[in-house]
Parts: sequence; structure tokens; C-alpha cells
Amino acid sequence: MFGWSDLVTALPEIIVLSMACLVLLVGLVLKPEKDGLLVSLTMLTLVFAALVTLRDHLGAEAFVAREAFNGAFVRDTFGDVLKLFMYMVMAAVVVFAKQYLRNRSLFKGEYFSLALFALVGMMVMVSGNNLVTLYLGLELLALSSYALVAFDRNHLKATEAAVKYFVLGALASGMLLYGLSMVYGAAGSLQLQNIAQAAATQPDARLLILGLVFVLVGVAFKLGAAPFHMWVPDVYTGAPTATTALIASAPKLAAFGLAVRLLGEGLGPLQIHWQSMVAILAVLSIVIGNLFAIQQTNIKRLFAYSTISHIGFMLLGFVGGADGFAAAMFYIITYALMAAGGFGLLIVLSGKGVEVENIEDLKGLNQRNGWLAFLMLLIIASMAGFPPLVGFVSKLWVLKAALDAGYLGLTIIAVIFAVIGAFYYLRVIKVMYFDDAQTDEAIVASVDARFFLNVLAIAQLALVLLTPMLLDVCSSAIAAL
Amino acid sequence: MISDWIPVVLFYAFAGVLLASALAVITVRNSVYAALLLVLAFFSAAALWMLLEAEFLAITLVLVYVGAVMVLFLFVVMMLDVKSREKHALGGYGKVAIAVAVAMLLEMVMLFAGKLAAGLPETSLTRHAADYSNVRALAEELFTRYVFPFELAAVLLLVAIVAAILLTLRRRPDFKHLDPARQIAVKASDRMRVIKMPAEPQSSGDDK
Amino acid sequence: MMEQIWVLIWTLLKIVAVVLPLVLTVAYLTYAERRIIGFMQGRMGPNRVGFFGFKAWGLGQPFADVVKLLLKEIVIPDRSSKFLFLLAPVISLGTAFAAWAVVPFSDSLVLADIDAGLVYILAMTSLGVYGVIIAGWASNSKYALLGAMRSAAQIISYELPMGFALVGVLVAAGTLNLKEIVWAQHGGLLHWFWLPLFPLFVIYYISGVAETNRAPFDVAEGESEIVAGFHVEYSGSAFALFFLAEYANMILVSLLTAIMFLGGWLSPFEGIDALQNSWLAQPHVFWLLTKSAIFLFLYLWLRATFPRYRYDQIMRLGWKVFIPITLVWILVVAVMKVFHIGWWFD
Repeated sequence: MFGWSDLVTALPEIIVLSMACLVLLVGLVLKPEKDGLLVSLTMLTLVFAALVTLRDHLGAEAFVAREAFNGAFVRDTFGDVLKLFMYMVMAAVVVFAKQYLRNRSLFKGEYFSLALFALVGMMVMVSGNNLVTLYLGLELLALSSYALVAFDRNHLKATEAAVKYFVLGALASGMLLYGLSMVYGAAGSLQLQNIAQAAATQPDARLLILGLVFVLVGVAFKLGAAPFHMWVPDVYTGAPTATTALIASAPKLAAFGLAVRLLGEGLGPLQIHWQSMVAILAVLSIVIGNLFAIQQTNIKRLFAYSTISHIGFMLLGFVGGADGFAAAMFYIITYALMAAGGFGLLIVLSGKGVEVENIEDLKGLNQRNGWLAFLMLLIIASMAGFPPLVGFVSKLWVLKAALDAGYLGLTIIAVIFAVIGAFYYLRVIKVMYFDDAQTDEAIVASVDARFFLNVLAIAQLALVLLTPMLLDVCSSAIAAL
Repeated sequence: MISDWIPVVLFYAFAGVLLASALAVITVRNSVYAALLLVLAFFSAAALWMLLEAEFLAITLVLVYVGAVMVLFLFVVMMLDVKSREKHALGGYGKVAIAVAVAMLLEMVMLFAGKLAAGLPETSLTRHAADYSNVRALAEELFTRYVFPFELAAVLLLVAIVAAILLTLRRRPDFKHLDPARQIAVKASDRMRVIKMPAEPQSSGDDK
Repeated sequence: MMEQIWVLIWTLLKIVAVVLPLVLTVAYLTYAERRIIGFMQGRMGPNRVGFFGFKAWGLGQPFADVVKLLLKEIVIPDRSSKFLFLLAPVISLGTAFAAWAVVPFSDSLVLADIDAGLVYILAMTSLGVYGVIIAGWASNSKYALLGAMRSAAQIISYELPMGFALVGVLVAAGTLNLKEIVWAQHGGLLHWFWLPLFPLFVIYYISGVAETNRAPFDVAEGESEIVAGFHVEYSGSAFALFFLAEYANMILVSLLTAIMFLGGWLSPFEGIDALQNSWLAQPHVFWLLTKSAIFLFLYLWLRATFPRYRYDQIMRLGWKVFIPITLVWILVVAVMKVFHIGWWFD
């Protein structure tokens, strides 16, 4: 049976889900001139969910992880930390999306409703405690994302991207499900704890390992790690930029959570077996991501390849045990903030009837709006990993974790390609600062969009100071798993 | 005893049909036949479940997959009227497909050979009394132990509905459509006025 | 060994005992249809064929029809898919008969008293569409294919409200077993489910009419536009099978409506003190048959009265009217059931 305590444990999810339905209904009956209410409702949901999530941690008693719904769901620090950052990133993305959709008369209630549904999926992905729940969370996120990518359905490239995303995503889900079924068959249980126990005690782990391979392929697909990265550039480029901002930021946190739950918690005892596979994924992602990014002229595509390389760096952390997980968590959190900021800037720059797609479109940004150019500089430099920005610190910690685990060669390759990667980021900065503007059209940004841009960009500096604290949070979250 | 071997015979009969039809699904060239063979495969699978006393699941498989999903499938296949242009079955990917299939088969054999050599486990299927309700047991599990995944699956379907409607519903301004509610609401007095007027005297010259 | 064979023979006999009267009912239903619609439209209907030289109001007509259909040639169209062409009527009839396996006629008269009877019926009735689709496709004829496509879309659309209506019954009765559903309505006319489930009752019957492709939902046949739809190429006994299946399904829907919403074989006079001990208050097969006959008559009445729906109107009715109503009413029923509102759910 389930009772109040189960429902209270899953309260953040329940709030977001109910509000997603409410936004859907309100969107149907609302008059077009009052549609700002939808954004307000969405923001309210995020704030409220954040408060509810935080409440248990701020109380007088120490927070204890608890399971609900017969172990299908778990509420722990790991999940809550990721969720809090998801709310934040989603809030920024929603605000950016508002402006973008308005300018293209795509503003519909369904966008925000689907975004909230996607958020529910992400939340379940980071706090699912058995295979079925995790899988359903993943599918919920994926299904909402497909629809969001195809949102501008009269746009040929967006539709094409959605179809590619859907087909490859379905394939990845199939792989993952096949792997999960084998894991279930071998362990005889859906619960992650029982699977870990079975993995630790079973003398013949061959079936589990076979399942593990498929699970890893599925997770790599969803993360967008090479060699399963083919969908990333096309989808990032084809999707409306608002959607790209959404799928490039918060879902990465969720995918990280899913990977930790499955590989770290469930199949943790098989670490020796998956470590080398993850190392290969990491190296390939870093190499392919950085090499292909160099020749891109489309900035969304460039960001897509940059994502692949960032995912590679994040995966480096996975080879380094508990410390590595904490470093990877730190990495992915900072990356989600960067990605949201980067795409947010692109959205703000693409005003009415203008679509910033190519690096050329950023020409002379400094002349047009010095402050925005500076914010872009902060974010891009942080992506490249220049000190003293947080992108540098996070790379440092991940590399240190890999080094500590004895992966010297891996670390060297990663450092070399990080330096190579700096080139294409520098090119963007050069275009912004040293080329002449082709247009002197003023850049219009709403107050809330500017607020979030400032927060996300300044965070690249500020988080450096907060690094010890955030790393501490990550370590204790991982330790409490 | 005859009652012992009847289920065994039935099992092998249905399993054989299932395998044969599943194989035929991917090898026949006519897509309508493929869809119909898939229906047969679902049906045989349902029969196998029935043998395991999972009658609710078996019937639901027929209801959902055969009765609804495959009908839509056939609908689309027949509408598109796909004429297969492939010379070979499996659409020219035959070799790759066979290689993958063989690899999977080898994996499975390697994994299970040891267990099979040790002999199949004795039948562990609990036979329930006649008044045992499979439906009730399933419902209790779904709504207590698995309530969270169950509700999540429901949300997933809701999102699917929202997405499908979002992507297909288009309001074209030039599209003429009827609103039955308004049609029904029409009253005679809206369209026609009955006036009372005195009969006019017949004017002369009209009927000349 | 012997025992098992006896069980087998006994089951076969029971099947015959269900199917034979069913076929006879079908035969006379066609006769009744023609006579009743004839009277409604001021015509005579068939009144000549009798037995042994007596006219007998045309009661011999069904037999004459059967003999005629059986003796005709089955024409298989050129370049059609021969196997599927012949398989289609068999599927139609097979599924139409299979559903009867779980239908209870009275407390003891039931072929297979299974637990998931309601779902089984729904599954079997939804399979009937395969006969139509396969027939339409295998005929290699445009009219037939059009009819099949219409039928497929229509059956999918009306299966949903039908299924939802059954969910309402399931919630009200708390079981999927048809016999127990009847007993859950115990207590007289006002305890039957037609009252608390009134919208579902109406929707179930109308969806049943649509599922059997009967007027006014008979766009799959639509003789004035696509000649006869899916069975335009069929003749002789193959055509007769489609005919038989359609009428068997009509009877099934009528019977099920009576079982699920009008208390099945329970007497309408139950619970009236004055009649407490008379035979009138006792449950009997007679009541079930009478109630079903009312719905069968309704089928004919609808056909004689209403013009055919347009295709988009059918879709609209199914998706935009029936499905929302059933969904809302399921909620209402659930609330009534949980809080014991009304005398039905005490």
C-alpha cells in the first residue's frame, strides 16, 4: 500500500506534474493577450517546487534519505541537489523561450506544459530507485523533447531534426530496455540495491555484463557521447533555439543522474567492467567533439560538438571512483549553467525576424552591446576552460580524478584536446570583439531575460569562489548514495 | 496421463506457430502479409500466456495489440499501398541482419548453455484453484506495489496525446468547417420571417 | 482417458446448443427486419414463402434465402489474394461466434464462466474488424478497400467509448465476470445499472450499433456511394457468412446491453411485495431474452428511421462527444461507488 508519507516524499514531482496539467488547461482557455500568465505559472511552479525540495534540508533535523512507493522512488541529497539546479536552469530556459516564441508567434501553452512534463521526467530520472521508474522517467523526458523539437512544425529543418531525434532516441531506448531486461533477468530484481547485491555476490556475472553493455550504449546515446553522438549536431541545429537551450541544459543533469543510478548504484560492483568502456567513450567524445567543432560555421552546431566534448570530460570523472563521481557531478552542474547561458544569449540576440545561426552573425557584438558581448565572453571562455572561470576548475577536478585513478594517458589526451578546443572558442571571441558589426540594430531583451543572463554569466566567475562548497555538497551527495 | 501432455502439445504447437510467423513477418515481401503475420504472432503469444494461466494479460494482449494497434498498422499499410521494390527480403540488409542474429544467438547459447546442461528446472508454476482471480491479483499489485511506475506510465500516455494533438491540429484560416452545435441551434425565426398581411386584391392585367 | 473425452464431447454439445439457436435467431432476425421495416414504411415485406403450400406469413423466407445463397457460385475476383479472400468471412464469423463463449444466459447456463469475461468480449468484438479489413483488401477493388478503411477507422473510434462504458460497469459491479455483474444488479428495476450508469448505457448501445456497422453508422457498406463496401465482391455462401456474422454481433450487443445495464435474467418485478412469491419475481432466461429483443427491435427501428451519418460526423460523435462523456461519467461512478451515494451502491 502507499500512504501520505509516500506522497509527501514525492511532493516536488507531484507539484510539477499537477502544474503541468494546469498550465495545459489554462493555455486552452486563456485569451492570447493574457498569455503571460502561463510563464508566471511555470515560474511559480519552479519556485514552489524548489522551496518544497529545500524544506527538508533546511529543517532542524538532519536530512535522511527515504524511499517511497515500495522502493520505486528515493529522496536523497544526490537527487535533490540535481533537482535544485534543474529548477534553476529550467527557469532561465523558460524565460528565454518566452521571448523567442513571442517573436516567432509560436507562443502556446503546450510549450510550457511540455517543458514541465519534461522536468517531471528528469526529476524521476534522478530519483528513481528501480529500473522501471528510471526507464519511465527517461521516456517521459524523451517524448516531451521530441515534441518540443518539432514545435515549429512548419519549419522543415526542425521537423527533420525531430524525426532524427525520435528514430535514434527510440533505438537508444530499445537498447537500454534490452539491457535492463537482461540485468533484471540476471539479478532477479528491479531494485537497484538488490541488483548491486546480486552483482557483488554472483559468481557468474556474464549475463549482467552483457546487459551492462546495452545499458551503457543506451545511456551514452542519451548523453550524446561519441560514438553515439550522431543526433546531437542535427537536433541542436534544427530545433528552435529555445528548445535547443532546453535539451542542452537540464536534461544533461538528468542523464548524469540516470548514469550514476544505473552504473554507480545498480551496477557499481561491476565497475572494473564498465570503467574501460566509459574511458573509451570519454576519449572518443573529447576527440570527436573538439575536432569537428573546429570546422563549424554554425554556432548552434559548434555548441553541439562542444557539448559532445564536455560530455566526454564529464565521463572522465566516472573512471575515478567516488571522488570522480563528485567531480563529474560538479562538472555537469557547471556545464548545464554554461549551456543555458550560451543558448540564452543566442536567443536574446535573435530578435524578431533575425535568427542568429552562424558565427558571422556575432560580428562586432562588442560595438552593438558591450555588456552582452562581455557576458558571452564569460560563458564561452568558461566553456573553453580558461582560468579563472569555473569551466577551468571543473575540468581540473575531473582530470585530477582520472589521474588519481591511474589513467595517465587518458588525462594527457584530454588536456591536449582541451587546448585544441580552445581555438574554436577563441574564434568566436575574436569575431565578437575584433570584427566590424554588419548591422547596428539594437538588441532588445526583456528585464527577466537580462536578469537570468547576468546570473548565469556571472555564475561562471562566482562559482569559482564557491567551488569548495559546491564540491563538498557533491561529495556528500555521492557519499550518501 | 492425457491431461499432462495436452498442455505440452499445445505449448509446442503455439510456440511453433509463434516462431514461424515471427520469422515470416521479417521475410515476406508484401507488407500487408507481414502485418497479418504479426497479428498471428501476437495471437500465439497470447495463447502461450493463457497456458500459463495469465488469462487477463493474454486477453489484453489481444485486445490492445491485435484489436487496436495492428488495425491502425494495417490501416496505414493499406493506405500507403507500399509495393515492395526490394529484390531480397529484409530490404537488402540480409547479411548484416543474419550476422547480428547469429551473434545474438551465440551470446544466448553461451549464457544459457550451462544452465540448460544442468537440466531445466522442475515446473515451478503454481496452479491456482478455480476461484483464484488473476485479474484481482494483478490489480492489487499494480495499485499498491507498482503504483508509482503505473502512474508514471499514465503520464507518459498523456504526454503522447498532448504531443500528437499539438503536432497535428492545425487551424487553417481558409478551411471551411461546420459547427454542428450552431447548426442545431438555428431556429426557423432566424432565417425566415412569417408576415401576416391581408390578401392583395387581384390586380387586373396579370393574367392576360 | 475416457473422462477427458467425455468432457470434450460435452463441451462440443454445449457449443452446439449455443450456436444452433443463435443461427436460427439470425435467420428469423432477417425476416423480422424485413417485415418490421416493411410495416414501418407502409410495405408488406416478404409474405409469400411458407411451408408445404401454406403461406404462413412468409415464415419460410429465411430458409429460401439460405438455400439460394448456398447454391450460388462464389466468384473470386481476378488478381485478388485468394487465400485471404476466403479467409476473411471465416474470421468475421469466427470472432462473432467466439464472443458467445462467455455470455451467461442464466445463473447456470454459461459455456465458459471466466473471470475476465468482460475484457474477453471486448477483445473478441474488436477482432471482428479483421474480417472486414482483410475482405476489403483481398478483393482488390477500390470500393471494397474504401469500405474497409472506413470500417477500420470507425471501429477503432467506437471501441474506446465502448471500452470506457465497460470500465464504468466494472467500477459499479467490482468484477469483470459477467455473471457477477448481473448479480451485482440484484434488487429490482431501480437497482439495475441503467440508472446510475445512464449515459454509459446509452453510449454503449450506440457504440454497439456503430461497431456492428449498422445503420445509421453503415458507411462501411454505404450502398449509395461505395456500392456495398467491403463485401462488394462477395457472393454466395461467402457473402452469407458476413451476413451471419453481422447479425450474430447485433444479437450479442443486444444481449450484453441487457446483461450489463438491465439486470440480465433478473426480473423487473423483483422487490415488489405483492409479487414476491409469484413466478414473475423470479430470475429466468425469459427476462434476458425479452430485454434483448427490445434492443434488437431498436436496431431495426433505427435503421428504418435515420439517414446515414456522414463520415466526419461519425468521427466527431465518437471522439468529441462520447469519449469525453464516458470519461467524466467514470469519475462520477467512482465517486458514487466510493462514498456509497444512491441506493445502487449500498
